[in-house]
Amino acid sequence: MSTSFALQQQKNRLYYALLAGAGLVVMLALYAVGLMEEKGHIITGMNNQVVWGLPHVFAIFLIVAASGVLNVASIGSVFGKAIYKARAPLAGLLSIAMLSGGLAVLMLDLGRPERFMLPALDFNFTSVFAWNVVLYSGMFGLVIAYLWAMMDKRMNVYSKPLGLAVFAWRFILTTGTGLIFAFLTARQAYGSAVLPPMFIVMSFAWGLAVFHIVQMAIYAWNDKVLEPEILERKKRLLGVFILGSLYMVVVYHMTNLYFAHRIGFERFILLDGGVYSSLFWWGYVLIGNVLPLALIFLPGMKNRKSALTASLAVVLGGFVFLYVFIIGGQAFPLDIFPGYEVSSTFGDGQIASYTPSIYEILLGLGGLAIAFIITTVSVHVLNFMPHDKSYVAD
Amino acid sequence: MNDIQDQRRNFLKTSVGVAAVAIAPGLLLFKVAHGKSDDDSKVRWGMLIDTANCAEGCKDCVTACNKENGLSGGLAPTDSQWIRKIEIKDVSTGHQFALPMMCQHCAEPPCVDVCPTGASFKRYDGIVLVDKHRCIGCRYCMMACPYKARSFVHAPLHDQNPDVPRGKGTVESCTMCVHRVDEGKQPACAEACPNKSILFGNLHDPNSEIAKKIRAVSSAQVRADLNLNTGIRYQGI
Repeated sequence: MSTSFALQQQKNRLYYALLAGAGLVVMLALYAVGLMEEKGHIITGMNNQVVWGLPHVFAIFLIVAASGVLNVASIGSVFGKAIYKARAPLAGLLSIAMLSGGLAVLMLDLGRPERFMLPALDFNFTSVFAWNVVLYSGMFGLVIAYLWAMMDKRMNVYSKPLGLAVFAWRFILTTGTGLIFAFLTARQAYGSAVLPPMFIVMSFAWGLAVFHIVQMAIYAWNDKVLEPEILERKKRLLGVFILGSLYMVVVYHMTNLYFAHRIGFERFILLDGGVYSSLFWWGYVLIGNVLPLALIFLPGMKNRKSALTASLAVVLGGFVFLYVFIIGGQAFPLDIFPGYEVSSTFGDGQIASYTPSIYEILLGLGGLAIAFIITTVSVHVLNFMPHDKSYVAD
Repeated sequence: MNDIQDQRRNFLKTSVGVAAVAIAPGLLLFKVAHGKSDDDSKVRWGMLIDTANCAEGCKDCVTACNKENGLSGGLAPTDSQWIRKIEIKDVSTGHQFALPMMCQHCAEPPCVDVCPTGASFKRYDGIVLVDKHRCIGCRYCMMACPYKARSFVHAPLHDQNPDVPRGKGTVESCTMCVHRVDEGKQPACAEACPNKSILFGNLHDPNSEIAKKIRAVSSAQVRADLNLNTGIRYQGI
């Protein structure tokens, strides 16, 4: 009895230490934002060619994963699978946590963060950014209502219709995120209708990977063991999502390669883009795809460690993919005069250089810390632990 | 029989309802996006730039712009450049020329489409501007501009020209010297060009010098394939 009490006390201490650590990261992020506010974006690595930097990589990963993690809830509520239903509340919580972290980073990276309410007041109907303001806040409201309906017995009747609404909403939301880039017709890296579906499939993989990591942490914390059958099923599902997103990325690059005017850009990303090419092949393809696929599908890998490593690799691969996609896509110069060689004082015809500054890194980590704090506190005070009946295949 | 008719009627009603709900937002957005046609405007300010007369190495237009608008003239990647000279070389023939590049004041500006707050806007006379009080500094317009015409103010500003308000954390670009144009003057770059290569005027006035010249000589829009209907036209590209 006394040892278990001592253990509990130790855990409590660890809990507060973790919270304090994450709180410190948030404070550091706010300090970075304060400096950016005072001195301007000159203290970041961004410039007039690479206008979106590392904070966007963090923000977009968090927002896309926030939508994808709801897949777990949807498979439960829309398709009625019991093991997913038991995990729907945790999925909803993670969605809210990551959305909060991602949006915070996005807002605080604005040139004028104090005007963040303006898009809601001066709404421009043709702007996909403005649509996203509606999509993000709508998602927030819907997921909170969905969580309420799932966790409060009196509200249970609404959980099915709300689950359906969330299911539809998150598809539209990730479409909106993909459209931010799909609408940029003049840039070789973007302006492609394949981007919204690509982001949707990627969201499945990233969201599920984050879910796995958090679920394993919660089980370990509570000294519980996840049934191996459940783990194996969800691991295989992650494998299918990885293959799906890799397929979309291949289609995106293959279609670009087919357009003569985009071959230069593809050469840059895939072959001679230096850090971007290396990151693409070593970071995204190898660590983000080959490694987790091997850990999932190779025989003899049926254990928790391989599932955890595969999930961590998918998350890391996701970050690397976005870095190459967002920063590499901007570093390659705009083709203002197709077929001509150009040069100017404003970087025309040159590959732009970009090195993220410590302030951008702090801001991005701050977003992760916000998501971490919301998740940890909620899991601590409310019942988000998945409760499985003994496993029966659906 | 009646049952079947009722069912059919209900089915048709539902289908029409669903179709209306599905199409209505699209129609609404289309109306919003294309509602403000200014083709009937009597004034559309524009420029015709003769690249054959644009001397290589001459930067008088750039210097005049910087002076008029209070820009530092710095060339770091974080410095604002509203107008720049681009040296262009045809890879296949070796033909070389240079031209000034700035905001092309599109009739269908992508920056205005993507701006979440409406800070990027187009005046009735075709000049595309940024309202510095509404710009939140999201830089989406910079991503959308096909001409790399926009700059973000990366650092605090000092000694601004009161006619040309600017702001740290907001996006800016060539205003076609709107403060001069509204006083009946020419933009600074057009006035400064030693070879008179920049012809400024009203594209919608058939009797204006620019409209007559555009009818007479062969001119082109940069990235005409994007169908943006630019206000800046170039001769000799």
